[in-house]
Amino acid sequence: MTKPVTLNVNGKKHTLETDPDAPLLYVLRNQLALNGPKYGCGLQQCGACMVLLDGKAEPSCMIPVTAVTNKLIVTLEGLAKADGTLHPVQQAFLDEQAAQCGYCLNGMVISAVALLKAAPNAGEQTIRQGMQRVLCRCGSQARVLRAVKRAVKNKPR
Amino acid sequence: MNTGRRNFLKSIGSLTILFSLDHTHTLASLLPADPELPGILQRVPAINAWLEVLASGSVRVFTGKIEMGQGLCTAVAQVAAEELDMEMRQVEVIISETNVTPNEGYTGGGSSTETSVLAVRYAAAAARKELMDLAAQALAVPAEALLMNNGRIAAKQGGRAVSFYELLNGKKLTGEVKLPLTVKRKEDYRLSGKSVKREDFRQMITGQSMYIQDLRFPGMVHARTVRPPGYQSMPGKMDEAALAKQIPGLLKMVVNGGFLGVICTDEYQAVKAQRYLEANTRWDVITPPRSTKALPEQLKELQAQTRTVKTPALPFPEDRVTLKASYSKPYIMHGSIGPSCAIALYHNNELEVWTHGQGAYPARDTLSRLLGIPAASIHVKCVRGAGCFGHNGAEDAAAEAALLAVAYPGKHVRLQWSRAEEHAWEPYGTAMCMELAAVLEPGGRISHFRSDVWSDAHSTHPGGNPELLISANYLARPFIRKPNPVGGGGYRNADAYYNIPNQTVTAHFFTGPLRVSNLRSLGTYANIFALESFMDELAAKAETDPFAFRLMHLEDARAKETLFRLQEKVSRLPKEKNTAIGIAFSRYKNNAAYSAVAAQVTLDPATGKATVKKMWCVADAGEIISPDNAVNQLEGGMIQAASWTLFEEVKFEGGMVTSRDWASYPIIRFSDVPEVEAEIIQRPGEKLCGIGEIVMGVSAGAIGNAVARVSGKRVRDLPIYGTR
Ligand code: FES
Ligand code: FES
Repeated sequence: MTKPVTLNVNGKKHTLETDPDAPLLYVLRNQLALNGPKYGCGLQQCGACMVLLDGKAEPSCMIPVTAVTNKLIVTLEGLAKADGTLHPVQQAFLDEQAAQCGYCLNGMVISAVALLKAAPNAGEQTIRQGMQRVLCRCGSQARVLRAVKRAVKNKPR
Repeated sequence: MNTGRRNFLKSIGSLTILFSLDHTHTLASLLPADPELPGILQRVPAINAWLEVLASGSVRVFTGKIEMGQGLCTAVAQVAAEELDMEMRQVEVIISETNVTPNEGYTGGGSSTETSVLAVRYAAAAARKELMDLAAQALAVPAEALLMNNGRIAAKQGGRAVSFYELLNGKKLTGEVKLPLTVKRKEDYRLSGKSVKREDFRQMITGQSMYIQDLRFPGMVHARTVRPPGYQSMPGKMDEAALAKQIPGLLKMVVNGGFLGVICTDEYQAVKAQRYLEANTRWDVITPPRSTKALPEQLKELQAQTRTVKTPALPFPEDRVTLKASYSKPYIMHGSIGPSCAIALYHNNELEVWTHGQGAYPARDTLSRLLGIPAASIHVKCVRGAGCFGHNGAEDAAAEAALLAVAYPGKHVRLQWSRAEEHAWEPYGTAMCMELAAVLEPGGRISHFRSDVWSDAHSTHPGGNPELLISANYLARPFIRKPNPVGGGGYRNADAYYNIPNQTVTAHFFTGPLRVSNLRSLGTYANIFALESFMDELAAKAETDPFAFRLMHLEDARAKETLFRLQEKVSRLPKEKNTAIGIAFSRYKNNAAYSAVAAQVTLDPATGKATVKKMWCVADAGEIISPDNAVNQLEGGMIQAASWTLFEEVKFEGGMVTSRDWASYPIIRFSDVPEVEAEIIQRPGEKLCGIGEIVMGVSAGAIGNAVARVSGKRVRDLPIYGTR
């Protein structure tokens, strides 16, 4: 039933045995022991499970692992530099203390990274649209908006 | 202790340091503490129950509460580091765990957290005294001539220094926290009252192990549960062989009455097994009668127990009533972004459970009675989950993981609820109805006020009673649920804080169609929504401005100041077309924190849609430990309240909840999130009050009032975007 699958995650190749239909999220969390992508709904409705697929933010909770073998997968763990320097988006979130429980942070940060790559000068409306798929129950969205705007302002020029 | 656990300890233990540390306060600068210690310190006075000195030079602080994103760990570390003149990163915080932390019951949002923070402050102050006395002996210097700094004590005049650890020589602190007790003077605070960055933030933002969902144990197996279609249904005959054929990794199917669980080696196999059983299980469904009436009518028709809350000097003059209005609020979900999860291990007749529930000790007592295992053989550890805002599915999941673990001993069994399970099975914040009436005197003052509230219970935390666990109700030998308790938070804030001479308040308690328990702010949300809507309606009758109308009914200077400051923020805003401001005020529980909120709402004349553009809040919660964390709570509270007020309503039909995902139960998304601004009035000399729950009702009131102003339509039945 299982078969070997090779994934490129955070710059490293991993070959693992998995059910080919298994959604990427389960493989990342259980087989690669990553904590960034979170289970929130399994329905592509909340964004907790976001990862970067070839630089685009996508939910990982439904997409079968075999559909992403040719993609570069980056998770929250893959954003900071090896020396611990945070990605500018992560740093902006930290500076704004943009979370309460933090469960949604993965989806927020991954979405913001993809958004700012596509639209480095994003304004209010573009940011809101880019973050629309991610839910937060703690009401941290106002801080998240400030953090993303800060990241726009701080981007290396 | 396993490594997973150790990681967690590390992750919540090390906290940031933002201040340089040449602080030289002396005992002479200390003042007597409050005349009374928090009740928990009277029950658990031993200093070592709260605080222990580690060989590493750090101290470990124990709180019986849990971290829910409200910043408890940071606040606890802040006050302990303050009293002991340490760096915050030298303070490690352990949250609720049986036989490890004090038993502080459940963690609520209102003020119980603050009590725990105070307890730690006093325990740290008592520890300071004991350590100073020990150092005085060891160094042969009077305590007054000593200086404490970063876990060491030295003579002011220089000379030898000893560390806390050397002083205790591996032993524990032996003293008790009792009065008289000296604590640091608030003027000398260098941490408390200042915004500190949460060190857990770096761990969250880099995806380190933090949450219960991130716990991994060697050999851990994965479980899923299969729910009946409604609250009362029993499965037909189950065929484990057929399931095993479908699911090669199936380890066990557990059937206990209507409780159905599967255990697999691999998580996705468990999901597949769950789906297979959902599609292939026949249930005997008991369907309660359907009602075609609107929810408020349905609720008012239920049998109710009445409680008189407030009786006036003069009876309500029915013939002179100026205004009557009925309001309602539907069932609302906690709607945590992370569905409930738990891990349990049953081994050699001992049960270990990891839960994100709100208290380890009450969970242990419930498990003991559910499973017939002595409490002494059960160990419960609370681990962080996603923000819950009250009693959600966490404790149910913990009990179910335990049921599964007992049926499959020797392995860590991890149970993860699905989104549909969390949506349909958690205990909601109850639906409520409010009928208000008032008499206005000719001068525009309210002389009589009457409030009738219909509510179900606001707390059904099991706390030792398995019948309050959902699956315990349909086990083969079920624990039968009794009608819900009367009282609790149903009439919280149903009486007005305003100066109204004759107030009649009556509560009507029913046991409603859906499972309920505590949700952030309990009955206050609905009661303040109704009262503050009503105040605006009365102000209009009195032809008085909403600010002036409220102020003329207030005497408390702190109450007035919150309104004055709010008025300053919004009264000079430029007038815009199709835009209006609504305001609301309350004092939480009429005895705790004050808050005033304004909402700016615009109306799209083409679509008729009202959008909340901005919200402002001014709050006075007495002493504040961390202002930025308090602002965070207020901002988040306004946005969550906007979500409840605009969008949220649990839908059900024939006893079955039909709100089963984020499409059928939408909550606010970025497109509708208002800008928010919160200001805190800091009063270091005043009592510490909870801030987490205080803006929920006022936010609803302000939004409702703004919508009424801009559209001319008064919405009295929430949610505002609802179809009723
Ligand atoms: S878990 Fe993937 S979108 Fe919710
Ligand atoms: S911070 Fe808790 S869900 Fe966003």
